[in-house]
Amino acid sequence: MADLVIEREVLIEAPVEVVWRTITEPGQMSQWFADRVELVAEPGAHGFMGFGDQGGPVVVETVDPPVCFSFRWNHPGGEEPVTGNSMLVEFTLTPEGDERTRLRVSERGHELLAWPDAEKQRYADEHRGGWAEYLDRLAQILVKRQSGWKCQSG
Amino acid sequence: MTAQADDELWSAIADPSRRRVLDLLVNHGGVSASWLAGHVTFSRQAVSKHLAVLEQAGLVSRRKQGREVLYQVEADRLDQATRAMADLATQWDRRLGAIKRLAEAAHAQAKRNEGSNTAPEGDRHDG
Repeated sequence: MADLVIEREVLIEAPVEVVWRTITEPGQMSQWFADRVELVAEPGAHGFMGFGDQGGPVVVETVDPPVCFSFRWNHPGGEEPVTGNSMLVEFTLTPEGDERTRLRVSERGHELLAWPDAEKQRYADEHRGGWAEYLDRLAQILVKRQSGWKCQSG
Repeated sequence: MTAQADDELWSAIADPSRRRVLDLLVNHGGVSASWLAGHVTFSRQAVSKHLAVLEQAGLVSRRKQGREVLYQVEADRLDQATRAMADLATQWDRRLGAIKRLAEAAHAQAKRNEGSNTAPEGDRHDG
């Protein structure tokens, strides 16, 4: 299947347990992710992420402390999220020594290309001619199709 | 846009050879398949295949000029594709940056607490 895959990573000067709590505790998640996070980090748990007056359901997939945490979102309301109707967000944590952690995130699925036409036009006008730069960026973003960062159980 | 169209778009862009072809088209505009073949390390046949996939995904179009067929980038479609990815990547960079700040602050705080807990006996004020 031809999925969109985005993979990013960051090196954090903190032990893996601290990073784990930061990415899985709702009180922490609301500081880096959504404005409102209603979520229990348990496999199969249904939750909600609120962004301003918008938001949507989230379903936790893998919880393997402190190395893997994943959830699905962006699926149509009322449907169970599965491959094909949602985006899978997956965090993998790798300790690098006692006080340093490499955190990787991937988001994969059918990205929604439905922007409003006016916005599309504005973007096209602004960026016409600048594609070479975007292609470079694209090459960096699209690291690989099938990630080696996937959780073992995923 | 249908899921199948999305599929075609992402698989068209994901291949490094096709990105090379796209890159050349972006920088040189309307050129022929033979010209492209002269600027890549893979065969003329492979160039034709890549162009067909890119055309199918709507990223490239062709026009006839005399006896030649020239290929060019479809601007809006490419903008749309690159924007979706760049936006998503930027969002995650921002989120990872926030996670890093939060975790490092929490760790620094824990270390400070640990430091005050292991202070010399005489400095302790119980209750």
